[in-house]
Amino acid sequence: MTVIHHTDKKRETLEEATVRFAGDSGDGMQLTGGQFTNATAIVGNDLSTLPDYPAEIRAPAGSLAGVSGFQIHFSSKEIHTPGDALDVLVAMNPAALKANLKDLKPGGMIIVNSNAFSEVNIKKASYDKNPLDDEALNKKYQVFSIEISRLTQLALEGMNLPGKIVDRSKNLFALGVMYWLYTRPMETTIEWLKKKFSKEPQILEANIKVLKAGYHFGETTEVFISQYEIKQAHASPGKYKNITGNEATVLGIIAASQITGLPVLLGSYPITPASDILHELSKYKHLGIRTFQAEDEIAAIGAALGASFAGGLGITTSSGPGICLKSEFTGLAVKTELPLIICDIQRGGPSTGLPTKTEQGDLLQVLFGRNSESPIPVIAASTPSDCFDTMLEAIRIATKYMTPVFFMSDSYLANGAEPWKIPQVSELPKIKVNYRKEKDGFYPYGRDEETLARPWAIPGTPGLEHVITGIETEQITGKICYDPTNHDAMIKFRAKKVANIANDIPDIKIVYGEQQGDLLILGWGSTLGAINAATEQLVEKGYKVANAHIRYLNPFPKNLGDILKKYKKVLIPEVNLGQLRLLIRAKFLIDAQGLNIIAGQPLKVSAIYEAAENLLKGK
Amino acid sequence: MAETTSQIKYTKADFESENDIRWCPGCGDYAILSALQQVMPTLGIPKEKIVFVSGIGCSSRFPHYMTCYGFHTIHGRPLTVATGIKCTNPDLHMWVITGDGDGLSIGGNHFIHAIRRNQDLKIILFNNKIYGLTKGQYSPTSELGKKTKSTPLGSIDNPINPVSIAIASGATFIARAVDKNVKHMREIFTRAAHHKGTAFIEIYQNCLVFNDNAHEKYTEKDFKDDNSVYLEHGKPLVFGKENDKAIKLKGFHPEIISSKNGSISDVFVHDENANDRGLAYVLGQMGVENPELPVAFGILRCINEPTYQDRLIEQENFAKKQKKQTLEEILNSGDTWVVK
Repeated sequence: MTVIHHTDKKRETLEEATVRFAGDSGDGMQLTGGQFTNATAIVGNDLSTLPDYPAEIRAPAGSLAGVSGFQIHFSSKEIHTPGDALDVLVAMNPAALKANLKDLKPGGMIIVNSNAFSEVNIKKASYDKNPLDDEALNKKYQVFSIEISRLTQLALEGMNLPGKIVDRSKNLFALGVMYWLYTRPMETTIEWLKKKFSKEPQILEANIKVLKAGYHFGETTEVFISQYEIKQAHASPGKYKNITGNEATVLGIIAASQITGLPVLLGSYPITPASDILHELSKYKHLGIRTFQAEDEIAAIGAALGASFAGGLGITTSSGPGICLKSEFTGLAVKTELPLIICDIQRGGPSTGLPTKTEQGDLLQVLFGRNSESPIPVIAASTPSDCFDTMLEAIRIATKYMTPVFFMSDSYLANGAEPWKIPQVSELPKIKVNYRKEKDGFYPYGRDEETLARPWAIPGTPGLEHVITGIETEQITGKICYDPTNHDAMIKFRAKKVANIANDIPDIKIVYGEQQGDLLILGWGSTLGAINAATEQLVEKGYKVANAHIRYLNPFPKNLGDILKKYKKVLIPEVNLGQLRLLIRAKFLIDAQGLNIIAGQPLKVSAIYEAAENLLKGK
Repeated sequence: MAETTSQIKYTKADFESENDIRWCPGCGDYAILSALQQVMPTLGIPKEKIVFVSGIGCSSRFPHYMTCYGFHTIHGRPLTVATGIKCTNPDLHMWVITGDGDGLSIGGNHFIHAIRRNQDLKIILFNNKIYGLTKGQYSPTSELGKKTKSTPLGSIDNPINPVSIAIASGATFIARAVDKNVKHMREIFTRAAHHKGTAFIEIYQNCLVFNDNAHEKYTEKDFKDDNSVYLEHGKPLVFGKENDKAIKLKGFHPEIISSKNGSISDVFVHDENANDRGLAYVLGQMGVENPELPVAFGILRCINEPTYQDRLIEQENFAKKQKKQTLEEILNSGDTWVVK
């Protein structure tokens, strides 16, 4: 990019950095982080982000509860996680400093808005005195006190803008400083501002002024002695864009709809962190995609199931509490054997729990949280961009086998972003869908010999009129039937149909490490990045460690048992109390060990490394 | 209403399924089923375009006894499923069968929201004022003090009036009928079938096992005429065994006057097209929330408003005109960069 300003300052090249922007939830930290992410992507670094914000929209200003953060890890090498510890902490007020300091590496940089360190704010953050005056802080870290509020005001002097608007643009000053510090181009943000404020030229001008003022401050002030550069990462050739898990989920739905020709109906009720899927998909009405914001979670899945009966691609999106409400309808989808995608974007629980924090606590819920024997395929995405492929796969399975499918993601994947190599449309999987049309030999539960799927005969098709029901029905005819033998057979048909999907999914493979050894680290879902990074470090240290990751949680890949046997020990890190571990132990009778930290945060690489090392050393 | 095909000639038998009917002998449901099976051939709609959706309860077995497409769903939720079906294929002709428990208790929320959206669904609510399939607990329409298995000393909660809720939710078509008056039911079903938007029909249905004679005031020949007023658009509200009584509005309050002595100008003349919900509300309350008056049967309200599906398609067509995008364009949209 073109923004290379001449400066006398030293420019150091680094391999990677981890930065966190932190401030009040009203300070625009998510937006600032998002902009820094886009600029970082343009530079060509590999990156991974972790937005972390409170559930309250605006907690009291300056309070610890109201601190919102956005973390980004970027590198000239391939990376897997948003980073365990910070190199730079940008703190817009004392509360942000207090809440985040524990994650800063010793010797790391603290960039603060010193104007926000008023007596009131210091007290609100439960500091006795101004922490910036603390010698220990200044010894342990490099503290850069910048009068961000005042410098923002100065930059806008003479524009006669209301104080509120001036104050609101201070995050752009901080962003400008960070752009300079890490030699990022300002263009993407300037373009974005132009779009956003196209109808408010004065605010546009002010924002650009403040952004540039921050950048030039970094350049000219003597506070910083050097600037950092992180070279382009070696990614495979192609066109890229940054994508969050929820965005990738939406693109997966759109792609599947285009490939299959099936009309989408998304039935959804707002819930964090799934709502963005509803918002984003609602923008595609021009493709004939229909979104229905229902009166509740139950109506949302009911409408989606109705859509599936009518020959559409019924999808419902939610998080744990909403999935609880959908249980009865999920059972109806199992009984009526209709294709339906149920997305569980997991968050901290139980109950309302931690709405904005991540967790993997719903695995057993989606597998078993219904009455009776109610088998459902479950597949989980492992990175933000993997949500795209996982959604396509969920839809392939649902339509081929006439079954509801659980698509699992979580808050970390949903909001986290990474670069995504945009696939060619011609490379996307082919998903063929056939409605039953022929009248001869039609039975509502006449099954396909190979898949055991029943026919998809949709209303509007002459001669195939039939009634489906949640009541047990006779094999083949689908008529209400209370016969004991028939029920036993139907229970077993439903189980077998789902179990047989194991014949139609890829084998699980070792992601990193040797094909046999002392320890296998096994994971599912969003822990892939941290497990990968830890495995790489362990292998580098000389340990005989490998990792594998399960996308298909029901049914498991057929070779999973064989893989497990090739390692002396198995470690299963999860952001729950050991739900996958319970399944693995039950099914394969092995003494798998767990690493279970349920803190609302993704697992840290260091925690996995340590757990693995302890296990290897027999501690 | 779905498109009609004039060539199709059905008879009632074409809508009678071969499934054994499992309602109790003498149940009011039989008359409702029969009335609807008689109406179906007159509509000229191909059978494959008709869908019956139901919840759980005695009435919800209904789809099994028809020969159309059917979805017998779960308790309280048929309106949600019907919404999804109709939104995916607006060409289908949708009937929802529910009861006082299914539609107003467990499914009360969906009832309000389907109606306020003017979903293009015909909703028939069988009101027998009791839970029949679970063997006799009181329902949300059971009268105060109702003694049942779950309320041995009498219920202590006030009942709700289905019609009042439908009006409050903005229903564009509201009607009431009683199972013993089959001819009237047929008329109402026919009108409902031709209505665009939510058509809500409450049917007073007798459960002879658990709540026999709950509606006898409106069915027994000795006194039904004094307790019922049959509404006709543009006609005065005259009723009574001798046709000697009429309804007059005194402010918001209906009262009975003698139609012999009262001048005709005093009498309340029914206007089913009145946009004001207040009039329909007054009619719906009569005899239910103020028992000294007769219950109004017939079409309380019938107005024209765009359906949810009309608006859905209109918005979609607008969006399609505004923007065209291929999958490739969508995947490649936003800030992108190329690695060589």
